[in-house]
Amino acid sequence: MVNENLVKDVVKEPYKYGFVTDIETEKIEKGLNEDIIKLISQKKEEPKFLLDFRLKAFKKWQKMKEPDWAALGYKKIDYQDIIYYSAPKQKEKISSLDEVDPKLLETFDKLGIPLTEQKKLTNVAVDAVFDSVSIATTFREELAEHGVIFCSISEAVKNHADLIEKYLGTVVPASDNYFAALNSAVFSDGSFVYIPKGVTCPMDLSSYFRINSGDSGQFERTLIIAEESSSVSYLEGCTAPMFDTNTLHAAVVELIALDDASIKYSTVQNWYAGDEEGIGGIFNFVTKRGKCLGKRSKISWSQVETGSAITWKYPSCLLLGEESVGEFYSVALTNNLQQADTGTKMIHIGPKTKSTIVSKGISAGNSKNSYRGLVKMGTKATGSRNYSQCDSMLIGDQASANTFPYIKSQQPNSEIEHEASTCRISEDQLFYLQSRGIEFEEAVSMMVSGFCRDVFNQLPMEFATEADKLLALKLEGSVG
Amino acid sequence: MQSKMKESDPILEVENLSASTDNLPILKGVSLTVYPGEIHAIMGRNGCGKSTLSKIIAGHPSYNITNGDIKFLGANINSLEPEERSQSGIFLGFQYPIEIPGVSNLEFLRVSTNARRKFLNKEELDTFDFEELVKEKLEIVKMDHAFLSRSVNQGFSGGEKKRNEILQMALLEPKIAILDETDSGLDIDALRIVASGIKKISNEHTGIILITHYQRLLDEIKPNYVHVMSDGQIIKTGESDLALELEEKGYEWTDNFIKET
Repeated sequence: MVNENLVKDVVKEPYKYGFVTDIETEKIEKGLNEDIIKLISQKKEEPKFLLDFRLKAFKKWQKMKEPDWAALGYKKIDYQDIIYYSAPKQKEKISSLDEVDPKLLETFDKLGIPLTEQKKLTNVAVDAVFDSVSIATTFREELAEHGVIFCSISEAVKNHADLIEKYLGTVVPASDNYFAALNSAVFSDGSFVYIPKGVTCPMDLSSYFRINSGDSGQFERTLIIAEESSSVSYLEGCTAPMFDTNTLHAAVVELIALDDASIKYSTVQNWYAGDEEGIGGIFNFVTKRGKCLGKRSKISWSQVETGSAITWKYPSCLLLGEESVGEFYSVALTNNLQQADTGTKMIHIGPKTKSTIVSKGISAGNSKNSYRGLVKMGTKATGSRNYSQCDSMLIGDQASANTFPYIKSQQPNSEIEHEASTCRISEDQLFYLQSRGIEFEEAVSMMVSGFCRDVFNQLPMEFATEADKLLALKLEGSVG
Repeated sequence: MQSKMKESDPILEVENLSASTDNLPILKGVSLTVYPGEIHAIMGRNGCGKSTLSKIIAGHPSYNITNGDIKFLGANINSLEPEERSQSGIFLGFQYPIEIPGVSNLEFLRVSTNARRKFLNKEELDTFDFEELVKEKLEIVKMDHAFLSRSVNQGFSGGEKKRNEILQMALLEPKIAILDETDSGLDIDALRIVASGIKKISNEHTGIILITHYQRLLDEIKPNYVHVMSDGQIIKTGESDLALELEEKGYEWTDNFIKET
């Protein structure tokens, strides 16, 4: 149950993660070429296979064109005007949290993600990423006892190179799309999770991404592998300071689920969205995809997208294993001049596969919010089923909402069901709630939460409350 | 108009109220005073301004007051927000209660009740205490507990919606309740439940305004005064037998009053 007073308090707050941490950083020069990529790889002391992976991706990227099919409009990005590696200066080798710069710990404290032994969250392990590097990962020893590996991807490259070499780029190949290719060439840090056979991860795992620097892009890479009959719930949060320039964030997330494994991946995305005039904010161009490789495997995406100036993101599932299950639950809220083009792809390849899509788009202010989704039934996907529900809510009369469902079926013995609706918060509804003593902003947030209920129910408890608060906050002053 | 001397102060005073929407005048100088313990009925043809009057008293943003005052417990409330009016004890029972998908009826009732309790400096109720209170109030309108877990008014029948309105009135314990055609669309049994609910909730300290077309509600709840509205004005006020006369002679009969005035 959401504490209504809390919602009310939060409604009055501006973007509270907009501060900058004043810390000495090591940045490389602006621009992108082979030498830069070699430099990044060298800084990270990477094995040759990874440098080759990066260089190959870079060659592909150079031949590719930035996609323009999304319902988005923005000024052309100058890729030579971005810094591709930025890290807070630290001691060479950090063996414990005590050696982490207190300023960094303080930053995460302020963001509500305490990392130190005394204060760390008790029910969730956290990997904290600051600009291009992972700062700390909590509960590592406890997780290791269960055979669970949870660390930054840079560390995994060093300590678990076999797993990286085996799986990296197998779900999202470097050539997949323009931003995935860019990420493959320059990715800096991110999280790595490995759940061994038969293990149910004893606690939720979480990555917290913080962009601090205004002129560097963030290119994180996350890889999660769930072996046979294992399961894990992973949460991802993101914030950034308020700058009047746009910062590029192009991440790639790959999930792999083997026989009977399940991965639940939840995101609350709250990158800085720019101001009311649309100045500044993050360009969030992300490729997230999960591969249900094993029989009866399951991958479930839930996302609450409230931040970023522009969101371009389609967390998808490749359903290869027989009877595998893909899910996508999404709330995307846009306000002011934000733009979002988001949705999912459910690719049914194996027989008796099942997918569910529930998307809730809320557009307020002058924003633009599009759902774009593909459901494909391959020739072997006999007996497979999909259910999609895409609802849009408009607040005010300047916002727009679109739904672009693409359906491709090559298998007559499969079912695809699509429902869509659009509604508007009406003056009558608001008056009704107000005439029962409920204040205006609270009335709006009640209705928005109500609209999103199906998705919030899928989120881990504390995330659901957080998400509810976040929506209330984002809608401040958007009505009337 | 009201000649009897009153011992207490009025709850509601509407003084020479004129109002318009989109520059179209709807109310043209309405005056009405409600004292504690009184029941007033307002009758009149569709479009005469009855519903508008009720919405304006509740603070609907679509109407502009062009002249006159609304006073509640002696204070001018012309510029108060609808939620402030509700919290301070004004209740509007909607003719067409609004559906709000996704918002649970229970949560809605609780937030609403707590807003009023907060205003009264009473302790706000948590879900458990509220559950107890609402159970008791459900009895009054003979509603099933299952109503609480549904979305506000969504998929409710006409009668269920109206009973949900009276449930809200029972929870909010207003000083004055304006019930806009609460009787329309009700079968006889539902009408009796609603009428007995209204009677149970009201007392010598509260005021009630019943907006209705039909005598049958007034058979159940006998008004002290009946007002007839036409073209944005109250054209005749009488005691409860005026409603009977109106039922017999129809609104055409009242057209003569306009000619007279």
